[in-house]
Amino acid sequence: MTDTSPGSPTSGHGFETHAYDVVVIGAGGAGLRAAVAAHDAGARVAIVCKSLLGKAHTVMAEGGIAAAMGNVYPDDNWQVHFRDTMRGGKMLNNWRMAQLHAQEAPKRVLELEEWGALFDRTTDGLISQRDFGGHRYARLAHVGDRTGLEMIRTLQQRVVELGIDVYMECTVTDLLRDGDQVSGAFAYWRESGRFLVFQTPTVVLATGGIGKSYQVTSNSWEYTGDGHALALRTGASLINMEFVQFHPTGMVWPPSVRGILVTESVCGDGGVLRNSEGKRFMFDNIPEFFRAETADNEEEADRWYDDKRNNRRPPELLPRDEVARAINSEIKAGRGSPHGGVFLDIASRRDAAFIRRRLPSMYHQFKELADVDITAEPMEVGPTCHYVMGGVEVDADTGASTVEGLYAAGEVAGGMHGSNRLGGNSLSDLLVFGRRAGLNAAYYAGRMGSARPAVSDQAVKAAAEHALAPFTDEGGENPYTIQKDLQDLMQRLVGIIRKKEELEESLTELQSLNRRAENLTVEGHRQYNPGWHLALDLPNMLRVSECIARAALVREESRGGHTRDDFPKPSEEWGTLNLVLTESGGEISIKEQPLPVMPGELRQLFEEK
Amino acid sequence: MGYDLSMRLWRGDRSGGELADYVVAVEEGEVVLDAIHRVQATQAGDLAVRWNCKAGKCGSCSAEINGRPRLLCMTRLSDFEPEETITVTPMRTFPVIRDLVTDVSYNYEKAKEVPAFAPTPPDKDGNRRMMQADVERGQEFRKCIECFLCQDTCHVIRDHDDNKSSFAGPRFFLRYAELDMHPLDTNDRRKLAQGAAGLGMCNITKCCTEVCPEHIKITDNAIIPMKERVVDRRYDPVVWLGSKILRREQRNET
Ligand SMILES: Cc1cc2nc3c(=O)[nH]c(=O)nc-3n(C[C@H](O)[C@H](O)[C@H](O)COP(=O)(O)OP(=O)(O)OC[C@H]3O[C@@H](n4cnc5c(N)ncnc54)[C@H](O)[C@@H]3O)c2cc1C
Ligand code: SF4
Ligand code: SF4
Ligand code: FES
Repeated sequence: MTDTSPGSPTSGHGFETHAYDVVVIGAGGAGLRAAVAAHDAGARVAIVCKSLLGKAHTVMAEGGIAAAMGNVYPDDNWQVHFRDTMRGGKMLNNWRMAQLHAQEAPKRVLELEEWGALFDRTTDGLISQRDFGGHRYARLAHVGDRTGLEMIRTLQQRVVELGIDVYMECTVTDLLRDGDQVSGAFAYWRESGRFLVFQTPTVVLATGGIGKSYQVTSNSWEYTGDGHALALRTGASLINMEFVQFHPTGMVWPPSVRGILVTESVCGDGGVLRNSEGKRFMFDNIPEFFRAETADNEEEADRWYDDKRNNRRPPELLPRDEVARAINSEIKAGRGSPHGGVFLDIASRRDAAFIRRRLPSMYHQFKELADVDITAEPMEVGPTCHYVMGGVEVDADTGASTVEGLYAAGEVAGGMHGSNRLGGNSLSDLLVFGRRAGLNAAYYAGRMGSARPAVSDQAVKAAAEHALAPFTDEGGENPYTIQKDLQDLMQRLVGIIRKKEELEESLTELQSLNRRAENLTVEGHRQYNPGWHLALDLPNMLRVSECIARAALVREESRGGHTRDDFPKPSEEWGTLNLVLTESGGEISIKEQPLPVMPGELRQLFEEK
Repeated sequence: MGYDLSMRLWRGDRSGGELADYVVAVEEGEVVLDAIHRVQATQAGDLAVRWNCKAGKCGSCSAEINGRPRLLCMTRLSDFEPEETITVTPMRTFPVIRDLVTDVSYNYEKAKEVPAFAPTPPDKDGNRRMMQADVERGQEFRKCIECFLCQDTCHVIRDHDDNKSSFAGPRFFLRYAELDMHPLDTNDRRKLAQGAAGLGMCNITKCCTEVCPEHIKITDNAIIPMKERVVDRRYDPVVWLGSKILRREQRNET
């Protein structure tokens, strides 16, 4: 190992080298679960993550983990969960993923309990389950409104117990290949700026989402689409990138907290949406597709909380895309709240003690950040960019991408949620497919024996030069400025409601941002330098944004997390097609690909009522 | 409405540093982290600060604001007068990496020393039954977001690096207590808490409780009960065994 003085930005190419069977990129629910599975299968595993262990995005999840355990409603089972998931995704989901997910989620939840998680209980001591949008039965295992924290802490403690190596505050900037196979990963320590090379025949991408490319988002700085971009660059394909979920309820005021999530549990626990005229406008926004299962009057909707068998669900609990669009049009029609949202009211419907017990973090969040007491007054909420349905195209059973040795799980993987994800289905997705990807990566490495693909010096050198480029260019652009311009562009032109001209314009603007980003300049040296870190994340954000815009332009229909003003209805033809994106020679190409066909016995589930 | 805020931010690294002055435009409703981000985006692109969620949920953005350990993302500017200068320094108990970022690996090392959760076998149907009342204590402790502000503030290690090897700190007393009070755990951790983790060195000043952003009653609900249990049952394994068995039987009745 050669020494690199971190003080001088461009000195040397010294780096440390580590060899593993499986390298997991990401320490959210998917990454941690994958690492545990790979370890249990006998592999030597490393976890690499950009932040400290325990801080990944998963920590922010609030509402719960969807799993048909049947603890509250014994009628619930995997078939019902499967059906809800497919319908929520407007039938564009990979049916096999949706099936495995529904079947395996309950076991994965019990596993967490085995490792120390303390879920809220039913009166007979079982794991309690709560209501969420799009789920027919109360099925989200939860801990108050901090379920993600419970999940990440439990898995983190498991990883520590098993003695798995964790490289934290360490960012992967390139994947290395030997021919068509993955052979390693290139990374830098945030603390020192020094480089590392992982030699490994398998990489599991578990890097989460892309929300930081939008101005109003519930996502953190980490969500720069690194995994999506790494996969593309390594030769893998992405699907469903046009589908971005805008969560209907984000905070809108004060500006500094705009976008921070207000959990859907507020509605599940009795909260309702009103416009400035005091009207529950969701009753006017029930789509045909969900009419049979949605209450069309307030009395029935209110009875539902206590008697779910004989009443239909309140329209506030429709899938997120429906609610977000409705809120958007209320605001546009001038019936919004003072700060450009709508009202979410639980104060007038539940007593203060109930609210504080069921929604402690929300109570805390509004009190401390907005001076609003949610037990006494309504909240102001509006749509916020929350989740990307699109991601790496994977094999349903194994999580394998189209590149040998490259796996993906969690938010970075595509297919499971179709055009729209149901609340609670992400945390369960992380566990089910994190485990599958980890296991299969370990098996693959095992089958390979000692004949490992090689890491070439040349590739490593190129990766190092690429990473250091922002220090060498002088007089270039400030990465913070370009990031801001990108967020503004995506919000404006590739947001909730899209149209042809705007999408075309977005592609032109993206091109000019790409050009500007070729010449970035950062101040200072390599030690913990956020400007440099951003300069390396930025090309990923730009690439992923381009994928979203391109796919959105091609899909001429409205479905789930993709709404076209100029094609306002779903089309039957598009309903059988995925859009697949690949990159070669720096150019992105896009093609249509028929959906995998669902077997007859599963299709039957949609014919019954 | 908006105004120009004066800030003093500690800039430097392991080899030393100093407070640097900045003036930055801020808006109504903003938090200290917003002001720091604006300094970063417009005046000091390499200013190091750790953060993730900006919603008080991840515990990354711990630092000292006017000398008080706090989360940068949950400290509102409206807590200060507009003409007041806000001084932000890194957590003092941990070695500085750069600017406001400290090396918190001490905490990750201490986490490795806690023996793992070891539950009783599940019931015949594969479920484990626990009553809400029995999990609530543990749930309070598991609200911990690992911001390490309690560790930062505890005088046992704040200016006494030499105590670190024998003292796990309030965050981990919480963890020992959580496991000890878990209805299904089969390990006895009291001896360890008293010995290796250094529970005995805590003299119940409650400073840790005061700074906890999750409002966990670290001292009253975790440390003091743990101390009592250590004293009560230190030499009496039968009592301990009895309590675990009793709980299990209670479970089977339900
Ligand atoms: C506020 C909020 C509330 C939510 N509530 C719910 C809910 O109640 N139920 C539900 O099911 N879903 C919920 N979601 C969605 C869900 O939390 C996320 O989709 C999910 O946690 C993503 O997990 P993950 O494991 O895929 O990635 P993450 O948890 O985001 O982890 C990504 C990891 O990858 C690492 N990483 C990224 N890039 C790199 C790189 N280049 N090098 C090294 N490491 C890298 C990061 O450091 C991080 O460790 C919520 C989301 C938000 C934002
Ligand atoms: S109560 Fe104990 S642990 Fe808490 S700050 Fe005081 S000495 Fe430290
Ligand atoms: S106990 Fe409180 S202060 Fe200590 S680490 Fe946890 S959340 Fe932070
Ligand atoms: S950034 Fe997460 S707690 Fe402040």
